[in-house]
Amino acid sequence: MRAPVDLVVIGGSAGAIDVLRTVFRSLEAGFSPAMAVVVHVPADGRALLPEIFATPRGLRMKLAEDKEPIESGTVYFAPPDYHLLVEKTRTFALSLDERVHYSRPAIDVLFESAADAYGDRLLGVILSGANDDGARGLAAVAAAGGATLVQSLDSSDMKPMPAAALQAAPGSLVVNASALADALRAHGEMHGR
Amino acid sequence: MPGTMADLEVRLLLEAIFDRYHYDFRSYAPASLKRRLAQACEQLGVATLSGLQERVLHESETFSTLLQYLTVQVSDMFRDPEFFAALRKQVLPLLATYPSIKVWCAGCSTGEEAYSLAILLHEEGLLDRSIIYATDINAQSLREAESGVFDLARLRDFTQNHRRSGATTSLSDYYHASGSAASGRYAIMDAKLRRKITFSDHSLATDNVFSEVHLVTCRNVLIYFDQSLQDRALRLFADALVGRGFLGLGSKESIRFSGAAQFFTDFAMPERIYRKKGPP
Repeated sequence: MRAPVDLVVIGGSAGAIDVLRTVFRSLEAGFSPAMAVVVHVPADGRALLPEIFATPRGLRMKLAEDKEPIESGTVYFAPPDYHLLVEKTRTFALSLDERVHYSRPAIDVLFESAADAYGDRLLGVILSGANDDGARGLAAVAAAGGATLVQSLDSSDMKPMPAAALQAAPGSLVVNASALADALRAHGEMHGR
Repeated sequence: MPGTMADLEVRLLLEAIFDRYHYDFRSYAPASLKRRLAQACEQLGVATLSGLQERVLHESETFSTLLQYLTVQVSDMFRDPEFFAALRKQVLPLLATYPSIKVWCAGCSTGEEAYSLAILLHEEGLLDRSIIYATDINAQSLREAESGVFDLARLRDFTQNHRRSGATTSLSDYYHASGSAASGRYAIMDAKLRRKITFSDHSLATDNVFSEVHLVTCRNVLIYFDQSLQDRALRLFADALVGRGFLGLGSKESIRFSGAAQFFTDFAMPERIYRKKGPP
């Protein structure tokens, strides 16, 4: 039995929004680990993400703030045009460092820092997307002892991102979009409930 | 998480840099610092941070290169135009009541923000009685800032930002274009701005207050500091500001997780402008 997770990091781009919406609707309140999400959006895009996903009885959702303590049961989104990082003090940090894979926020930046901070208490999830951001990050999660999960290519609108992630972290669990919420719940429910 | 080998190497490297060169990165936010160090290792062709440490200690030019990796921030003029619009509409009318106005632009990098502030003050008719102290720890950035020379194409990109800040003039009034297609086109900022800005070396980690000021801007600098250094910087700003003076931070920065929050009240949110408490 693997260690329970305290944090779930999720990355995706094209095709990921609908998948996430379904996942969050299905998880609703009571899902114990914190979640941190990077979805590529235009740099000048308005910070709509928490609103897109909010459901009536749902999880607490917000944009992550610099130095903010990471709290369980909360979904945090990277603010547009900033990288989101995780510190070992289990707080968030933001940076304006250069783009990675033409992206800011970049999935790799979140995942690599989270792997460093959370080790085996981390689950990394890569969803549908059009480039290979996240592959290096998911490999870092696996190398630090964390669990890794990739949306199945068959159920992904855009396959390059999950394909690259699988290649970089071949031991990842492959899950259809429709089964993602259950897979997350399984990791969440292992944790002190 | 227990400390890893990499954490140990980072700690030793930062101690070595502080001892040898008196630059203090020990309280920088570790996650992004570590990324930058890893990039530096890659670019300099060293396999480990210990290897980097050896070169940094024995070759001061390697340290200069590393310093660029650790400190250079690319900024835009009038980045977050709504911030400058709030300064223009809400802060400058209050600062206009002072006979002279002192502004501290902390962590100015290559000067984009300092010039933006000078332009804003000029547009509001306050530049003649203002002085802007622009500080950074990176001497090379300060030299570039002081020269007032920017890539012309970049400057043209800032026009839209400037307009959205509620500009009453054209950005092109404040520079003249030079150079050639072959050698590169560049813009030189107007001398009337440059002579109102004093660029100088100052570290938020190790130096103290150097002047009383009415407005501090320190945007997207505190995100690179850990909580203790962020607290130190915010206390410095509180010490430097006159009573009821103003502090402007980056659009995703806030004082709410800091012990220094007690010195300030919210003034203009979401533009992240705070006001120092106390009598004027």
